[in-house]
Amino acid sequence: MEEFIQSRFNYWIYVILMMIGLWGMISKNNLIKKLIGMSIFQTAIILFYVSVAVKSETANIPILPHHGHDYSPKIAFAHAVSDDHENGGHDDHAGHQAHPVGPKIPDPDGYANPLPHVLMLTAIVVGVATLGLALAITQKIYREYGTLEEDQLLEKVRADDHG
Amino acid sequence: MVEHAPVLLMVVPLLAAVFCALLGLRWKALCLPLTIIGFIAALYFSVITFLQVSASSDHQVIYFLGGWNASEFPRGVGIEYRVDLLNGMLLIVIAAVALLAAIFSKQFVSMETPGKEPQYYALFLLLAVGLMGMTITADAFNLYVLLEVSSLTSYALIAMGSRRASVAAFQYLIMGTIGASFYLLGVGYLYIKTGSLNMQGIHDILIGEGLLESPAVYVAFLLIFVGVWIKLAFFPLSTWLPNAYSRAPTATGCIIAPLMTKVSVYIMLRIMLTVFGPEYVYDELSWSGPMVWIAVVAIIAGSILALGQKDLRRMLSYLIIAEVGYMVGGAWLLAPGGMARGESLYSTATGLVGTGYHIISDAAMTLCLFLAVGAMIVKAGSSRIEDMKGLFRKCPVTMACFVVGALAMIGVPPTCGFFSKWYLISGAFEAGRWEFAAALIISSLVNAVLFFRIIEFAYFGKLPEVDDAHGHHQRHDEGGMEENPPSMLVPLVLASVALIAIGLFNKEIAGYLSQFLNTVAMGGQG
Amino acid sequence: MEIYSIKPLLAFLAPLLGLVFINLLRKKPNWREGATFVAAFTQCGIVFSMLPDALAGNYHVFTFLEILPDVHIRLRADPMGMIFAMVASTLWIVTTLYGIGYMRGLKEHAQTRFFSFFAVSLGATIGVAFAANLFTLYLFYEMLSLATFPLVTHHQDRDARGGGRTYLTYLLGTSVAFALPAIIFIYAKTGSAVDFLSPEVLGAQIDPVMGGILLLMLVFGFAKSGLMPFHSWLPGAMVAPTPVSALLHAVAVVKVGVFCVIRVYTGVFDQDLLQSLDIGVIVTYFAAFTVLISSLIALSQDNLKRRLAFSTIGQLGYITVGVSMLSSGALSGVESPQAMTGSILHIAMHACGKITLFFCAGAIFVASGCKYISQLDGIGRRMPFTMIAFLIGALSVIGLPPTGGVISKWFLIMGALEAKYLFVMVILLTSSFLNIIYLLPIAVRAFFIPKNEGAFHGSVKEAPWQCVVPLCVTAVLSVLLFFFSGPLLELCSSSADFLKPR
Repeated sequence: MEEFIQSRFNYWIYVILMMIGLWGMISKNNLIKKLIGMSIFQTAIILFYVSVAVKSETANIPILPHHGHDYSPKIAFAHAVSDDHENGGHDDHAGHQAHPVGPKIPDPDGYANPLPHVLMLTAIVVGVATLGLALAITQKIYREYGTLEEDQLLEKVRADDHG
Repeated sequence: MVEHAPVLLMVVPLLAAVFCALLGLRWKALCLPLTIIGFIAALYFSVITFLQVSASSDHQVIYFLGGWNASEFPRGVGIEYRVDLLNGMLLIVIAAVALLAAIFSKQFVSMETPGKEPQYYALFLLLAVGLMGMTITADAFNLYVLLEVSSLTSYALIAMGSRRASVAAFQYLIMGTIGASFYLLGVGYLYIKTGSLNMQGIHDILIGEGLLESPAVYVAFLLIFVGVWIKLAFFPLSTWLPNAYSRAPTATGCIIAPLMTKVSVYIMLRIMLTVFGPEYVYDELSWSGPMVWIAVVAIIAGSILALGQKDLRRMLSYLIIAEVGYMVGGAWLLAPGGMARGESLYSTATGLVGTGYHIISDAAMTLCLFLAVGAMIVKAGSSRIEDMKGLFRKCPVTMACFVVGALAMIGVPPTCGFFSKWYLISGAFEAGRWEFAAALIISSLVNAVLFFRIIEFAYFGKLPEVDDAHGHHQRHDEGGMEENPPSMLVPLVLASVALIAIGLFNKEIAGYLSQFLNTVAMGGQG
Repeated sequence: MEIYSIKPLLAFLAPLLGLVFINLLRKKPNWREGATFVAAFTQCGIVFSMLPDALAGNYHVFTFLEILPDVHIRLRADPMGMIFAMVASTLWIVTTLYGIGYMRGLKEHAQTRFFSFFAVSLGATIGVAFAANLFTLYLFYEMLSLATFPLVTHHQDRDARGGGRTYLTYLLGTSVAFALPAIIFIYAKTGSAVDFLSPEVLGAQIDPVMGGILLLMLVFGFAKSGLMPFHSWLPGAMVAPTPVSALLHAVAVVKVGVFCVIRVYTGVFDQDLLQSLDIGVIVTYFAAFTVLISSLIALSQDNLKRRLAFSTIGQLGYITVGVSMLSSGALSGVESPQAMTGSILHIAMHACGKITLFFCAGAIFVASGCKYISQLDGIGRRMPFTMIAFLIGALSVIGLPPTGGVISKWFLIMGALEAKYLFVMVILLTSSFLNIIYLLPIAVRAFFIPKNEGAFHGSVKEAPWQCVVPLCVTAVLSVLLFFFSGPLLELCSSSADFLKPR
């Protein structure tokens, strides 16, 4: 049991963070606290994706050493992607021989999967944009209503509805 | 140029958005023409794309962004745009709706958000770009990004309205972010399992590797579905919708209401049919029973809540919730086990055809009604239903279009609403889901009550109290005609004509949809 | 034999073209009404030009388009449709003249709108008459419901709003709630919109229980037939101007209702299926009940138009009773059931009689402003033509010679005997007796009770000639139908033949 938790502890953290974030977004009364919850929630997802990219203890960050001029990024990429659902990629060498590229392609197993990182770069951008927009809206709300507490806000909105 | 049409239909409005934001700072008057040009180009390219699709032998057009094509790279490395008969039609609808809404917005933007034309139209264009991107992309992660593009712009567009609108926008933002994040998580699980982000690629690996029974795939479906559920405003996760849609600035409502939920329904269909595949969704999951019941509840609840509304736009917003129930219910009508029994999707899925058809017809109906209501509110000076008195006399053309939209919602032939009900109800009978057929009929009846109440107010005007000797009522001339300007009437009339045209061409549209389902049933490769 | 011809379409389009001209000429009332006349005469001419072919057994057919897979919008001028189309288009001409007198006499507002929607309604009526399948029938049925709404609510006052509400609630409510699901169900089962020439399509697909439910849904779904308990829209519709009540709510709309019921009994269900339904007799009971109760209610009405409306409900009940007896087992193998002939004939006979009565009611209102029967004492001396026509109309509705009504009632009663439904015969006779009690006294009071002379403001005399001429024409028509019923009977029995199991 302990091992079960330990071996996947980053996933457990992500679940816990996500729950905290969700709870903040839904049950907090203050709009800013809701946004903090939202940020936590989004960060949890980033953690999750980054955990997905991990391959093994020895895998390095996916920065390729500078190879000669005959290196083809297209095919290297093709390998990295097609291998990572084959669990470990033991037949990598067979795969290498099938492609007439030569020995200069680095072993995909030595590197973490870069794709989730790339995805998360986008997700971070999206998260920042969302947060920025949300803060702008919050500012507008505060200027209009003079409060950021949701219950007071809803009361004032209701008063607007009737007025 | 023609072979790049699938990407040009997004790029042109995107560039227009950039120019709007930049040039608009100096020349505000340029914004609207730029927007309209952008959408005309988008419409042109989407029609071109659709013609290509229907002419091609396997009924699809595949476009790889940046040349990451499938012949050199494994599928899923590059971002793939794939247009088939379903999203081909939807692209045309999105471009057309955006175009009409943009023309219509002329009066309102200067009235409701004065001085903010550049920001407004840049966001407006980006919203449409996001929606078209969601529709056209064949990449699950790209879908997330574009979903956020369209969502963020819609939050901003809504928040530009009255002060109540910003509160609604905030609530919408929180819900929308939760939905999108769930979707992203689900895609992550699929990626763990399959190592692909391409929709067709995921499907092929799921089937090829026999992963359908994997719990991770189940979790992925669950997460994605909950995310889409929120975006759909499918009952009971629909509380954000009425506030957001009814308080948004008029022109915003005219583009968000017709398109947002409809594109989400399309996403649901795409996830169900292309990513997970009918074998998984109908046979492996067997959720059809409860899903259709929830749809029934959604339809009834949406209709009943709409009955209680005094505000015209709010009433329409609740009707959207009911309409979403139509589409989700129709998509889930297929009985579990059908795929395993070897029934082809093509022959047994009238409900799915109904859902597809209703996406198009509901977009048109909602557009027509929101445009008409926007125009009516200008004339009546209020959005309360009882203030619509005497509008037939004041603006007969506007009201005639409203009546056409109302008849379509009620489902009177030959408007498109009738035919979507026809397909959905016959799908329900085919599947033996009587409750769904009953809910559709009840919703029709409630719509009849709702809309005739408004038509009554508008038609009868202020009722005179006293009879004269002959039993005839003294009738004062309540002022002559003051019809709305052409910038409002032209899109409105076009929208109402579209309702009838979509109705009359239902067989062709349904034919395309069955063709699409046929392709799906054959494994999606055409 | 079927002839591919554009004539049925033209008969439908004539009023719609008229609509365009009515609106173009809205500034010149005389020209505008001229357009209505041209449309009416054109329609009538086209319909009658198909008569020789229809009698010879050649039906003109026109197919528009395939609107849904295997569902065509198709018009066919078969004998039954011909009878109805002839009645409606002939009476439209007469009513137009009457409408001019009435609307101008009362200086009504929005006359252009009135004549426009009148034309649309007639187009829809012809559409129903010639509809060749269930889908087309439904299409025009709904079109008629909506086109008549502005006519019913013409006055745009409180009463009109109430009446209009009831009108739409019942008509739209029943058709959407009952008829539409039934049609879609039939489509889902058979893959077609049951052409009226091939009712066996449905018979092969459904079991008697489902068939019974479908029958009830269709019969009650077409609530224009005024079958109780979905009849209240008709008295509600009496708020309309009298020309509307006369042509639409005594002829076109209500006859569309019973016409649809006849189509259901003959074109959708075949005889074998009908006789296998245990539930069929329920419709007969409902219709018989309607006949009796509506006659009793009519007795208690003082408002003339309302009394006539309840009388109409009763007479519609006759027609429904007639067709519903087709499900009687005693009729299996009968070549052309007399009840059937009687029903179709009654569409024409009742139309002439009842439109006369409504014309008279309208003429009285135009001339004197009287709406109530109790105000009519002695009015016969002031308006002799009107009241004599009223008497003839009443005789026809009651079914006394020398008027056409007697022939159709004769066939209905013989049909009841043939179907061995004795209770139906008893009810029909009782109802005829009640008809006498609620219709004849009106004429009697008008002529023989002189005491109320002073109640009329000074100079009550006949209504404008445009009102009087049409009601005389229809009264004469009612009598002529008695003496020259030959061609009509031939057409009726050929439509009954046309319906017999093949």
